Amino acid sequence: MTASPATTTPAASASAPPPVRRRAPAVRRWATSYALLAPALLLFGVFVLYPLVGAVRISLTNSTGIGEARFVGLDNYAAMAGDATFWRAALNTALLAAVSVPVSLLLGLGVALLLRDRIPGGGLFRAVFLAPYVISGVVVAMTGRWLFDQNVGIVDRVLGGLGLPAPDWQSDGTAASVSVLVVLLWARTGLAVILYLSALQGIDPDVLEAAELDGASPRQRLRFVVWPLLRPTTFFLTVMLVIETFQVFDIVWVMTRGGPAGATELLVTYAYNQGFSARREGYGSAIGVVVFVVVLAATVLWWRAQRRSEEEL
Amino acid sequence: MSAPAPVRARIGGPAQRGRGPRRRTPVGRVVLLAALSLVWLFPLYWMLVTALSPREDLAAGRVGVLPTALDGGGFSRALTQFPVLQWAANSAAIAVVAVAITVVVDVTAGYVLAKHRFPGRSVVFFLIIATLMIPVQVLLVPQFDLVNDLGWINSYWAVIIPRSAEAFGVFLARQYFLSLPDELLEAAQLDGAGQLRTLWSVVLPLSRPLVAVLLVMTFMYRWNEFAWPLVALRDPALYTLPVGLSFLQSQYTTDYPALMAGALVSVLPVLVLFGIAQRQFVAGIARSGLK
Repeated sequence: MTASPATTTPAASASAPPPVRRRAPAVRRWATSYALLAPALLLFGVFVLYPLVGAVRISLTNSTGIGEARFVGLDNYAAMAGDATFWRAALNTALLAAVSVPVSLLLGLGVALLLRDRIPGGGLFRAVFLAPYVISGVVVAMTGRWLFDQNVGIVDRVLGGLGLPAPDWQSDGTAASVSVLVVLLWARTGLAVILYLSALQGIDPDVLEAAELDGASPRQRLRFVVWPLLRPTTFFLTVMLVIETFQVFDIVWVMTRGGPAGATELLVTYAYNQGFSARREGYGSAIGVVVFVVVLAATVLWWRAQRRSEEEL
Repeated sequence: MSAPAPVRARIGGPAQRGRGPRRRTPVGRVVLLAALSLVWLFPLYWMLVTALSPREDLAAGRVGVLPTALDGGGFSRALTQFPVLQWAANSAAIAVVAVAITVVVDVTAGYVLAKHRFPGRSVVFFLIIATLMIPVQVLLVPQFDLVNDLGWINSYWAVIIPRSAEAFGVFLARQYFLSLPDELLEAAQLDGAGQLRTLWSVVLPLSRPLVAVLLVMTFMYRWNEFAWPLVALRDPALYTLPVGLSFLQSQYTTDYPALMAGALVSVLPVLVLFGIAQRQFVAGIARSGLK
């Protein structure tokens, strides 16, 4: 029993088994493909791409969400150039990516190396490092806010107890940024651990043994054998983490609201603030569109560069 | 350098039986891991300690490694005074329905993108992947207008439908299916199976790790989602847990026992789910070639 057009013609198959693709007319097969894709296309089209177009449209207006919006051309985009808070948010976002991504990678790789082969309690350790990754950003931020409370938080008490300075995590801008960074690292290094671990376990032991026989020290093996073999993982993780960093919202929103005085403001929190709190929907949308275009362009360029350098190898 | 270590040479080889001397337990590594784990677990532990501590002691800065006194006040305020259980139920309903839709959509789309040849395939794939880079904040306003026009605002559907096709899930599914041999599918179709039937009775049974990953990840995304439900749900009775908790956090800033008790209600289901599915999850990630 089957409803498939592909099988209604008992294909000219008696002799040699023909490749699947020759059994139904091309157009029919394409129609089947698109029919199966229809739910995804419908959902992405209606609820993501169409609103994206809407966002671009709004970004060209002075919409406040109330009353008629007027078309203002590229004014909103031009306004960013002279908006100090926008540049502050852009710098914060770039810095957060520049620091958190490499640290996440190194930490993830380090833990994965420790976990690499069967080790007592390996599954448990793995679960420990993955745990924060699965927790909601809101809860992570609430917990972070509590741990780093500058009056009664445990972090300052421990630091004080060790005779170290106890920073004002809420009223000092730099300290606030550091607390966001630490919380972010805690929340998402788990993915790097898991992916690096699975990549390490995929490395052929013979390759390492050969390197060892050739007299490579453990450090040399890591540097010249393992690290290059991990390249695709590193590349993939970098892309994912950078994209994620440009979309960090919950953690900052709940932990600091971008404060104090914009010290932890990121592009997306600023876009949200402008769009919803300040009711400058046009400007907020324009910022969001810029973030999207920049991240998309960076990813595509990076992808190309990666592929080119892979071909050179 | 006198390499001490056939053990160290095997970065990652699954215990090679009968090759080289028997390996010793790497004590140093276990100790280091244990120490790191304690640091890593501390925030979770501290949530529990806080939730069980008397509010006044925390406010006065009296804390210890254990709660100064066991106090159920945090949990009882969270569960009775605040609608935390209602919010958890909302989150659960939304997550379960969304998972069912998303897994079907992602698996089907991933399969077609991996195994079918048709014009426009790379464009479709690129467009889907590109949606990964759209910050949700940019979509909030137009998405709200759209969902409002559909009459869904203040209903579960407002949260469930707009993000029920998940680009990362489609990507994962496609990667996974790329690793399935074509011959298998061709054989099924020679045996007279149609597309849907091939997908259902040949591909799906081979895709348990993938389905496990998608189930867990989608549940996690939906259960934890914040920005969109924050905008789409106006009625506090319909809030999801993260939205409700962030509301509590802004209103009851100092009631840390209750806040952390509520946080634990949010954390436990995902932790349990991951605990159960961890093996499958890791296997699925590995098989998808994300490495």
